[in-house]
Amino acid sequence: MTPAFAIDHSLGYPILSILIFLPLAGAVVGLALRGDRTLRLWALAVTVLEAVVSVALYTGFDPTTAKFQFVEMADWIPAFGIRYALGIDGISLLLVLLTTFVMPLCVLCSWKYIEKRVKEFFFSLLVMEAAMIGVFAALDLVLFYVFWEAMLIPMYLLIAVWGGPRKVYASVKFFLYTLAGSVLLLVAIIALYLNADTFLIPDLMAKGYGFAFQFWVFLAFALAFAIKVPMFPFHTWLPAAHVEAPTAGSVILASVLLKMGTYGFLRFCLPITPLAVSYLAPVFLWGSIVSILYGGFVALGQSDMKKLIAYSSVGHMGFVTLGIFLVNLRGIEGAVLQMVNHGITTGALFICVGILYERTHSRQIADNSAVGAFMPVYVAFLGLFSLSSLAFPGTNSFVGELLVLVGAFSQNKLLAALAIPGALLAATYMLRLLQKIIWARSDGHHHGHDADDRYLKDLDLREGFMLAFLSVFVVWIGLSPGPFLRVMDTSIGHVVAQASVAGEVPEDLPALWNTLFPSAGHHGGGEPAQGGHGNEPPATGHGGPPPAEQGAPGH
Amino acid sequence: MAFAHETYLCLAALALFFVSLGTPAPGVARRWALVLAAVGVVTAVGTFSSRADLFHGTYRVDAFSQSFKVLIAIGYLLAVALGEGVRGINREHEPEYYLFLTLSVLGLTFLVSGVELLTLYIALELASYALYILVPLRRSEYTHQVEAGIKYVMFGAVASGISLFGMSYVFGMAHTTRVDELLRMFPSLASSPMGIVGLTMMLGGFFFKLALFPFHFWTPDIYQGAANETTGVIATLPKIGAVAVLIRLTGLGAGESAGFVGVLTVLAVLSMTYGNLAALVQTDLKRLLGFSSISHAGFMVTGILSGTVAGYAGAMYYVAGYLLMNLALFFVIYTLAPRGENVSLDDLRGLHRRAPLLAFTLAVGAFGLAGIPPTAGFAGKFFVLTAALSRGNLALVIIAALNTAIGVFYYLKMVKAAYSPPEEGVAEPEGRVGLSPVGQVLGYGFVLSILLVGALPGSIVGLFRRALDWVA
Repeated sequence: MTPAFAIDHSLGYPILSILIFLPLAGAVVGLALRGDRTLRLWALAVTVLEAVVSVALYTGFDPTTAKFQFVEMADWIPAFGIRYALGIDGISLLLVLLTTFVMPLCVLCSWKYIEKRVKEFFFSLLVMEAAMIGVFAALDLVLFYVFWEAMLIPMYLLIAVWGGPRKVYASVKFFLYTLAGSVLLLVAIIALYLNADTFLIPDLMAKGYGFAFQFWVFLAFALAFAIKVPMFPFHTWLPAAHVEAPTAGSVILASVLLKMGTYGFLRFCLPITPLAVSYLAPVFLWGSIVSILYGGFVALGQSDMKKLIAYSSVGHMGFVTLGIFLVNLRGIEGAVLQMVNHGITTGALFICVGILYERTHSRQIADNSAVGAFMPVYVAFLGLFSLSSLAFPGTNSFVGELLVLVGAFSQNKLLAALAIPGALLAATYMLRLLQKIIWARSDGHHHGHDADDRYLKDLDLREGFMLAFLSVFVVWIGLSPGPFLRVMDTSIGHVVAQASVAGEVPEDLPALWNTLFPSAGHHGGGEPAQGGHGNEPPATGHGGPPPAEQGAPGH
Repeated sequence: MAFAHETYLCLAALALFFVSLGTPAPGVARRWALVLAAVGVVTAVGTFSSRADLFHGTYRVDAFSQSFKVLIAIGYLLAVALGEGVRGINREHEPEYYLFLTLSVLGLTFLVSGVELLTLYIALELASYALYILVPLRRSEYTHQVEAGIKYVMFGAVASGISLFGMSYVFGMAHTTRVDELLRMFPSLASSPMGIVGLTMMLGGFFFKLALFPFHFWTPDIYQGAANETTGVIATLPKIGAVAVLIRLTGLGAGESAGFVGVLTVLAVLSMTYGNLAALVQTDLKRLLGFSSISHAGFMVTGILSGTVAGYAGAMYYVAGYLLMNLALFFVIYTLAPRGENVSLDDLRGLHRRAPLLAFTLAVGAFGLAGIPPTAGFAGKFFVLTAALSRGNLALVIIAALNTAIGVFYYLKMVKAAYSPPEEGVAEPEGRVGLSPVGQVLGYGFVLSILLVGALPGSIVGLFRRALDWVA
């Protein structure tokens, strides 16, 4: 079948493949290097080079079209029609850039923190980078799934080997939770293939599907993505993983990994299953509100800085999903911008916690109180990022949250009104954190800084650079979001158009269930997934119902 | 020359027989076996494009049989090369170990070429009898091998009996023992209750080899009781033969009979679910792999029961990947046990410090068996599930997907143990685990091949698809 898009030679070189394979090659070469310092410099050089290369994506990007750009295509597994297809649009462009720019900072923030098994650490980090870019750039569903799952292994190792005291628990929970969520994703991918006879994402978007089919495919996709985001109540892996991960792991998790869930909603659910989205959007909108409020309230009660920021992520990502499921231009624009913002701000906050942890070896707020007098530059940055986190006007998050709220008010005033307290909560917990870290006098509980404050040195050049770099973007997006919104406008308009097709009136739920297992009555599935029986897969030779015995064992 | 590979293997077995007559110095028999196995790969590849019939068309050399022979030859070479000689077996039995291993390989080689029921049965028995002897061959300081050996013989004999009984039904209905004629009658055969019973029982002997529920009972005990190197062989090579026969016997018509597909579906679901759930609580690594192999048998049958070229090619790819990943794990187990003892999950603790390469091989093998991309395990699972869903077998596919998630838990337990420090209060085993140059090559080889076969499965699947033209 002829793909709906052509191979693009606008840059003269396959930039997306380079972005994927450069870190991989760097990782392999790194295995041959000796000496921890050499390895750190090598990893830094690779990630910086990667960031430099990726700038060409922005400069060469044509914001006037919603088509996928920098497209590359080659046969991969011809027997199953699987292609090595890459390409980006305005949505993935920003996320790829976010990834390439955050990674050098991950190397930098591990400079001193990682002392053992340095080689393996940077190997995992670079493999991780390749997989993450692959997820955002893949235009073939199987290729996407391969990157999506492959990412789990280096991330698991980052937590399991270099993590904190409960690293085993946290890493296993992370791995199992996210993997369990995405096994049905695979089933949905296969079902889509059998229905549309292609794995190419643009072709899949162009084809319409019956409502029942969309409904089940959407649920299978949504489970995987909701866990990744994470949306309440699928969030429990996140605090554990964040708390135990090394700083770089937390930064990757917060800045990039969480975005994959929301990216998935935008890339797959809205264009491929628009009818199901409009049918189920209220569930996800209210789920987002719950996430925002729940994340905010729980963050309020934390005494561990990393946990506080982790729960604040649940709330912030709630704003993103809220914007996405509004399915209007303002909402999704805000959501995408907020994805980038959250990546910058929360990444920066985790780096801040890491910097403090390297000095005091504690992440408890109580143990780190009143460092303001010793580390003035540090608390200045911390203050800026905290303000950004609570969406203070003039910072990046303000623009994003405002757009989401504008989108929400234009659609459902009650919904929007309920999201406002979320913003207030953010102010409460961030200011509380800030106040304690900077000024709070100890209640005799903490180890006296006055006695020995030599270890509370202010930022060195490396740390200062990391925070300064991120704060540039905080202010830049805050004051002039134009350049960022410009590149995504057309693509988002296209997604909204794709998601707004009208369809037949939804059936009632029991009828839907029968589309999944036409033989009805007794079945062993027990789990909602997709079904090809609403519209028969073309490859099927016998149209009859599956034998009843197959469901026998349950699980 | 079409039968050069079989002839060669007969001669190789004969050569090893003469070696075993004397009392060779330790390691001599292994060097013989290594060279013979390496040449065996060459002859298998060399006869790859041969086509011929023998014994009035009851034994056939075609692309299908030859691709399986190459797999078996590679597995045989890897099994012999696994380490520095037999560790878990008494030194004086070393020549016999290699002799019977080669005989078993010979039997399997006959098996994949058999296109007549009695030929298949004789080949199956040749492959089995050699293994019956291998199981109790273990150092006398261990005690479970005798029990394991007896269980293996008993279960094997019962399974063979069931198989023969089923063949008699099939013969009674079809009046032929030739597979090609059987396949033509398959639709009518598989639509009558007696035919389904007969076919299922006939396949029982091969289900036994595959460790498919309910022919799986031997698996955990034999895995645990036999020597590490023997288990590595039992876990991999017979399954290749079993998959080949199952594909040949069900042919391309299996998917047409709802009743027969139903039976296979039930067996596949029970097998993968039971194997996975039982594996969750195991602490002995070999026993755990035994249960995991029951679950993998379910996945292989999932590919076969779809009855399409895609499904068969998927099952063939699956068993090839399974061979690599399982041998990788048994390579780690073998290397970790200098005296051939069983390895428990706790023994793996701290492995990443003692032997980084072994730990990495273990991780890649385990993630492969769990089906995480980009390993061969994922690609195999993907092909098999795609084929099953294309037949509308949705419930089976969902159960298989959920089983994948369950399976990850215990594979992750292995990786977790290898990458975590020893428990509090337990002294860390001293020193690094030494790896010979051959061991290093094997370790890197396993890692690379599992990843490469998984990342670029296209040409292999294409090869299997062309081979399948010869079936039916």
